[in-house]
Amino acid sequence: MIELILKRLATAIPVLLAVVTLTFLMVHSAPGGPFDAEKAVTPEVLAKLNAKYNLDAPLWEQYSDYLFGVVQGDFGPSFRYPSRSVTELIMTGLPITFELAVYAILFALMLGVSAGILGALKPNTAYDYVPMTTAMLGICVPSIILGPSLILTFGIWLEWLPVGGWGDMPGDKILPTITLGTAYAAYCARLTRGGMLEVLNQDFIRTARAKGLSEFRVVVVHALRGGLTPVIAFLGPAMAGLLAGSFVVETIFGIPGLGRFYVEAAFNRDYTMILGSSIFFSCLIISFNLLSDVIAASINPKLRQ
Amino acid sequence: MESNQPSLFREALGRLTSNRLSFFSCIYIFVILVIAIITPLIAPYDYAFQDLNLGPAPPSSDHLLGTDTLGRDLLTRMMYGSRISLMVGFLATVVALVIGVMWGTIAGFVGGKTDAIMMRIVDVLYGIPFIILIILLMVIFGRNLILLFMAIGAVEWLTMARIVRSQVMGLSKQEFILAAEAMGVRKINIIFRHLIPNAIGPVIVYATLTVPQIMLLEAFLSFLGLGVQAPLSSWGILIRDGAVSMEEYWWLLVFPSLTFSLTLFSLNFIGDGLRDALDPRSGS
Repeated sequence: MIELILKRLATAIPVLLAVVTLTFLMVHSAPGGPFDAEKAVTPEVLAKLNAKYNLDAPLWEQYSDYLFGVVQGDFGPSFRYPSRSVTELIMTGLPITFELAVYAILFALMLGVSAGILGALKPNTAYDYVPMTTAMLGICVPSIILGPSLILTFGIWLEWLPVGGWGDMPGDKILPTITLGTAYAAYCARLTRGGMLEVLNQDFIRTARAKGLSEFRVVVVHALRGGLTPVIAFLGPAMAGLLAGSFVVETIFGIPGLGRFYVEAAFNRDYTMILGSSIFFSCLIISFNLLSDVIAASINPKLRQ
Repeated sequence: MESNQPSLFREALGRLTSNRLSFFSCIYIFVILVIAIITPLIAPYDYAFQDLNLGPAPPSSDHLLGTDTLGRDLLTRMMYGSRISLMVGFLATVVALVIGVMWGTIAGFVGGKTDAIMMRIVDVLYGIPFIILIILLMVIFGRNLILLFMAIGAVEWLTMARIVRSQVMGLSKQEFILAAEAMGVRKINIIFRHLIPNAIGPVIVYATLTVPQIMLLEAFLSFLGLGVQAPLSSWGILIRDGAVSMEEYWWLLVFPSLTFSLTLFSLNFIGDGLRDALDPRSGS
């Protein structure tokens, strides 16, 4: 087990380093500096600004300085909001994005796993077709369509739920959660169904039934353990998708989270902010992949090598 | 020897069209593709034509799907948008297909150290969160359409390479490949004449499922304002414009969304249908 974690860490570190280097070089090769903004500055001021942000040093020095800072959790100052550091901005947005992602994944798991079990227990009946066709729909209706449609239906026409903000009004977390979670609920449903169908045909399930265990115990205690492996393996990539999805959902619903900061930084050409949050996002995604690998291995001994 | 058997292709086509959902999906995609290709000939208006006096008008006999806030005909904009969305989807898939098939075939066929190194590279690339790199690319180098689908295609080949490799590994141990090797057929001919045609089934399935994924990615970027730029339009841009003004002008959101969802739905169904058709054992 520890060996597996170490092995995965050994691949994660070069990946991280590659990401940091790649993003750093990309941002630095960008045409146009961060100070070419609306107001042209005089050469003297520009030189001072460059000196202040260390932009006149050779590239490798900037890189090593930056890398050294990142290791200590310091992403430098934001170009756009010079009074605030990138780390500070990330820390303001992170809890909100994290909360949204957790709600979405819980929503996806609850809905998806139960639909998948239902489909696997009664394959090729209406209990199977209806949830699975709905799941297909859920995968095909992307968040950029689902979000506005939900706002239009529940926010504007029916006036049941608030359509923006996060934690300002009761119920304003419901629509973003559904928007972000639906596609993953659909994937979970399909994966659960597939995994459960495979497990339910195996001998140990027949044995469990033959022992006279209740159907509930057979399904929940015996079959689910194996049947959920694909879902757990999917959770890591799903978390990555959720973070990317938060860009859209936070923009649609005006949620002050990390995703929205990222998109804003992209528009403002706030290079340090883009660089910092790209690296931060990558770390998060890589850690979640690692975590889901480890959980999958602890459930399924076959994956432990 | 095999002459009285129906060809694999014909058999698969028969099985595909016998599934009613895949059948209708095929027709829908075919119609959308044809419309997209002949758009310049049949579009009711010029795509940049603005009727500012008219402004946003609901669907009528002049403008079947209504007009947007600048008085541009929505149907025309959707038709031109479909060209971009579909082009990005299909071209990026081709890029992914070519890289993935070559990479996977070589890794699987040569084996040994080459295979280990090549698949190790794929593993490492898998770990990189590409959506973020693509956004970075778009921010830094401007919203260049060519760059966009090159970047997307270069990302999507990874899974393709894995699928092809496992196929080729299985195939290359079979007798007909051994026979070809024993007869002294050149390696490059073995790869192109024997391995790739036999490994192509799952690849086609995965490619069909890649197209909607890439179209989704393009729409996603365009929605954020990081994809295709005005005055060009894509379905993602139309949906974003629709979302901005949906309170007053519902048709601007509803029609592009419906068309886009139906397209994704159909492509996914064709992919599923093809999988069942090409590999009857897999079930669903």
